[in-house]
Amino acid sequence: MLKYFPLWPDQASNFAGSVDGLYIFLVLVSIAMFVLIGAASITFAVVYRRREGVEATPIEGSTILELIWSVIPFIVFMIIFGWGATIYFDERTPPRDAVEMYAVAKQWMWKFEHPEGQREINELHVPMGRNIKIIMTSQDVIHSLYFPAFRIKQDVLPGRYTTLWFNATQVGEFHLFCAEYCGTQHSNMIGKIVVMQPAEYELWLNGGNNGRTSLVGTGQKLFTELGCSTCHKSDVQGRGPVLAGVFGKQQLLQDGRLVKVDEDYVRESILNPQAKIVSGFQPIMPTFQGQVSEEQLVSLVAYVKSLKAEGQPSNVAQAQPQQVK
Amino acid sequence: MSTAAAAPGSNYLTNGSSVSSWLLTKDHKRIALLYLLSVTFFFFIGGIFALLIRLELLTPQGDLLQADTYNKVFTMHGQVMVFFFLIPVVPAVLGNFLVPIMIGAKDLAFPRINLLSWYLYIVAGILMLWTLALGGVDTGWTFYTPLSSQFSRTNVVMAAVAVFINGFSSIFTGLNFIVTIHRMRAPGMTWNRLPLFIWAHYATSVIMVLGTPVIAITLLLVGFERMFHLGIFDPALGGDPLLFQHLFWFYSHPAVYIMILPSMGIVSELIACFSRKRIFGYSAVALSSIGIAVIGFLVWAHHMFVAGISLYAALVFSFLTYFVGVPSAIKVFNWTATMYKGAVTLTTPMIYAIGFLGLFTIGGLTGLFLAALGLDVHVTDTYFVVAHFHYVMVGGVVMAYLGGIHFWWPKITGRMYPEFWGKLSAMIGFVGFNLTFFPQFIVGYLGMPRRYWMYAPEFQVWNVLSTAGATVLAVGYLMPLVYLTWSLRYGPVVGDNPWGAVGLEWMTTSPPPTENFLEPPVVTWEAYDYEHIKEVPVAY
Repeated sequence: MLKYFPLWPDQASNFAGSVDGLYIFLVLVSIAMFVLIGAASITFAVVYRRREGVEATPIEGSTILELIWSVIPFIVFMIIFGWGATIYFDERTPPRDAVEMYAVAKQWMWKFEHPEGQREINELHVPMGRNIKIIMTSQDVIHSLYFPAFRIKQDVLPGRYTTLWFNATQVGEFHLFCAEYCGTQHSNMIGKIVVMQPAEYELWLNGGNNGRTSLVGTGQKLFTELGCSTCHKSDVQGRGPVLAGVFGKQQLLQDGRLVKVDEDYVRESILNPQAKIVSGFQPIMPTFQGQVSEEQLVSLVAYVKSLKAEGQPSNVAQAQPQQVK
Repeated sequence: MSTAAAAPGSNYLTNGSSVSSWLLTKDHKRIALLYLLSVTFFFFIGGIFALLIRLELLTPQGDLLQADTYNKVFTMHGQVMVFFFLIPVVPAVLGNFLVPIMIGAKDLAFPRINLLSWYLYIVAGILMLWTLALGGVDTGWTFYTPLSSQFSRTNVVMAAVAVFINGFSSIFTGLNFIVTIHRMRAPGMTWNRLPLFIWAHYATSVIMVLGTPVIAITLLLVGFERMFHLGIFDPALGGDPLLFQHLFWFYSHPAVYIMILPSMGIVSELIACFSRKRIFGYSAVALSSIGIAVIGFLVWAHHMFVAGISLYAALVFSFLTYFVGVPSAIKVFNWTATMYKGAVTLTTPMIYAIGFLGLFTIGGLTGLFLAALGLDVHVTDTYFVVAHFHYVMVGGVVMAYLGGIHFWWPKITGRMYPEFWGKLSAMIGFVGFNLTFFPQFIVGYLGMPRRYWMYAPEFQVWNVLSTAGATVLAVGYLMPLVYLTWSLRYGPVVGDNPWGAVGLEWMTTSPPPTENFLEPPVVTWEAYDYEHIKEVPVAY
């Protein structure tokens, strides 16, 4: 029966169970309410149908009853609110240890990049049981990355980064949809997410890997090619601030504001360097607007992110072996 | 009006039969009929698009239409239905006809502005049709940027201008109602004696006047960005795409209440009349309309939980959304309680009203799903949302509107429709609606995104059911058109008050004279004073 009349998508992520739980609760609440209203109105319509010589009994109302049917729904609503908010809080808070992948959307295609440098189009391979965070942006209009089997969705905007995370719990292939209407081929901006056993995923990552550069490595290469490194030196203070260790910190700006160094700030500083000048520096950096693609930006962001201050373990080191080739 | 030399036996329909006596009329009742014809026309235009959508979605492949055509079809379906049918339908037709009569006034406060608002509606409507003739628009009715402002290659600006002009029609109607209700109530018609239909229209008018300018400005900005590349919404020009969504929903969420509040007003009248009782908790029902109008302005970002707003903003908007649920729940309970110990007759209008209760309850309850943050992430932008808002905006509004049309038909035309066909169409409409839209909740939860021209094969069974249901629904919506038209000529002439209803509109003749009342009424009784009305015909 369910084969022909499916009611549920697969449950393939850490969120699926909790979202379905709330859904079932709400379905039950709705059925109860609907039956209550339906039964009451049908009963009243039959029992109190108009009969010759019988007048309606005038009733003004009842404050107590009205209070009851305002307060009880309100309490139920607050339970639903709290329940929904808890799940949402989870959905919007990626764990710190999540593997960071990047997505760039465009009309009408999804481009993904793994930290190891593996790129995919309209397909994303992920290991089961690992926290995966996808950092996303769009080259043109608003899109939305949606995995029904994971019960997760996030709009993808031009000009900024949004993120989505999940932990896949079931091996298999699942739908990947664009959920925000984006023009002609919106319904064709689809693909699949392939969840693999971690060991198989490692094999898949290494398969066909003839000298692929990691994402951070690509970023580092660009960092040199574009001349960033002439001012942003890695050890001594150049004309621009040292970038090592700044990611995730609060940065004091020239105008006295504090800004958190996140993906959006790094992106903005590359494309519109004059927007937020770090305290103590001159606004001399040229814009790279139009010179770097969203994909290159993503790798630059990943590289800046990987730069750790002296004494901190650096991700760059891990990226080096591939980089050397 | 100077021309209204009300001869005995003359009414607003017979007072002048030339084309100009209709097209230049300042009589709110004639303007209501002009609106009746025009919204019906646009309803069928929008309906044809709906039919094309349902036919395309019979199969998972995109086979009937091209992708671009499909996108234009659902866009025009939305724009025509929302802006040219659902928003004006109840206020501009039944509100226009009844607001002055129900409060004992001769006309609206500004009869010329009332006529102007119909002309603005027509100009906007013609522009909309012209847009269509030039190839349509493909942005979705929501005009999301930067798709609409930079990327779409269709007639976005013209469609935006049509909606912009239409907005002024709405603002003028709202303004007219507010002034009329404040200033032109008959002696003795205090605020506490107003029919709930009037309270609902008052609340609606406040939203129209406060909200509509925002959508007008927003669409103007879209036009500026599109034509002059001013960076407002497109990040490539230095704009912010989320700003558009905030502005758009700041109007478009309250717009849902522009659609549903007047319908709730109708339902209050119908349930009171056919239970022969005062509405249970009059003040609570009246104030809940105002409550909905006010809180309705504070919940807009619940359309944007996955759009990229902050976690905490989302929490606040979800919380506030549940507040708007409470007054809606109060109304539903009070309507149901009104039937308790009443003398209920299941006439056509009452069946429509109970149908409204059913559909609105389902629409309202599924709103609880969507306001729940963690669950909304999964179901937003899927067919679950499509089903939800159709239940509220279409199921609810059209049921109530048709109920109202049937209820006041003998007042408007002086003739009665065939009761059998009326009851039948109400029931077919209710069943057809559920067959069409209930499967969409399920396919939405399965993950089918909205605005998809092609879809995954496992979604097909629910789409086939939905399309099948739509044919039933179409019958339910077409039938009244036939027998109501028939009744204009062949329907039995009924008296001034065939339902034995209370309310000033039932104390004048059917159809009413141009000046509404031969003697200016003085009100000395409370609303829904069914206890004291004596002569009660039992014909229906």
